[in-house]
Amino acid sequence: MKVDYIKEDKLLVLKITEEIDHHSCEKIKKRSDYEIEVHIPKKVIFDFSNVNFMDSSGIGMIIGRYKLTSMFGGKMSLINVKPAIKKVFEMSGILKLIPIEETEQIGGTEFEKCI
Amino acid sequence: MKNVYENEMKLEFSSKSNNESFARITVAAFATQLDPTVEELADIKTAVSEAVTNCIIHGYEDKEGIIKIECRLFANSIEIEISDNGKGIEDIEKARQALYTSKSDLERSGMGFTIMESFMDEVKVESVVGIGTKVTMKKMIKVNNEIEVNEVKL
Repeated sequence: MKVDYIKEDKLLVLKITEEIDHHSCEKIKKRSDYEIEVHIPKKVIFDFSNVNFMDSSGIGMIIGRYKLTSMFGGKMSLINVKPAIKKVFEMSGILKLIPIEETEQIGGTEFEKCI
Repeated sequence: MKNVYENEMKLEFSSKSNNESFARITVAAFATQLDPTVEELADIKTAVSEAVTNCIIHGYEDKEGIIKIECRLFANSIEIEISDNGKGIEDIEKARQALYTSKSDLERSGMGFTIMESFMDEVKVESVVGIGTKVTMKKMIKVNNEIEVNEVKL
């Protein structure tokens, strides 16, 4: 996972760089929780540009991180989600809480630099 | 050109979570013989991943065991059987309900069977407590038009 924290915006960008299943989830959970707890970000963005596969383990993983982020008053969104993965998210209904955003919407210069 | 054939493969592996990707990739590689679309192949991979994860987490509860996969290809469909000799499911109907999970402490979403059902055309679950569980899934694969075009050219 590639981690970027933009201090001025309190924005934490977590770029997942592997397939998401029950096996890989444990590692992703631990690292994400650590970063969220250290930075207490105002917003967490999960970047899916390098994710080519995700099963329902990913839904549980994202909901868990969302709970942690909200506990500290932060928001969460997803970017660069491929169609097959979007299909899995759509089944769960969590996109109402955790929206998929276009990269441009959030893209200040600082953010562009970190992707 | 012959576009109607039948083929079969069987796979056995340990119930270790790092075999989840091995299982779905192997089934997907076998399924490519039917010339599925990218979306159909992604559906198959996701459904296999869900079923295998269920065997590991629920069937064997992270203990050592053997997971079996049998795959059959028909002219325009694939049948995948995934079975374990684990603890079995007491209430299949309840287990298939969306959002139901017996392992909420593990942050499971309870979407496994729902995803299998919506990504595949048919899902059958057979289970005996103390003996094991078998999930049989079928998916229709549309015959690619390209084959007909080639035939005309030949």
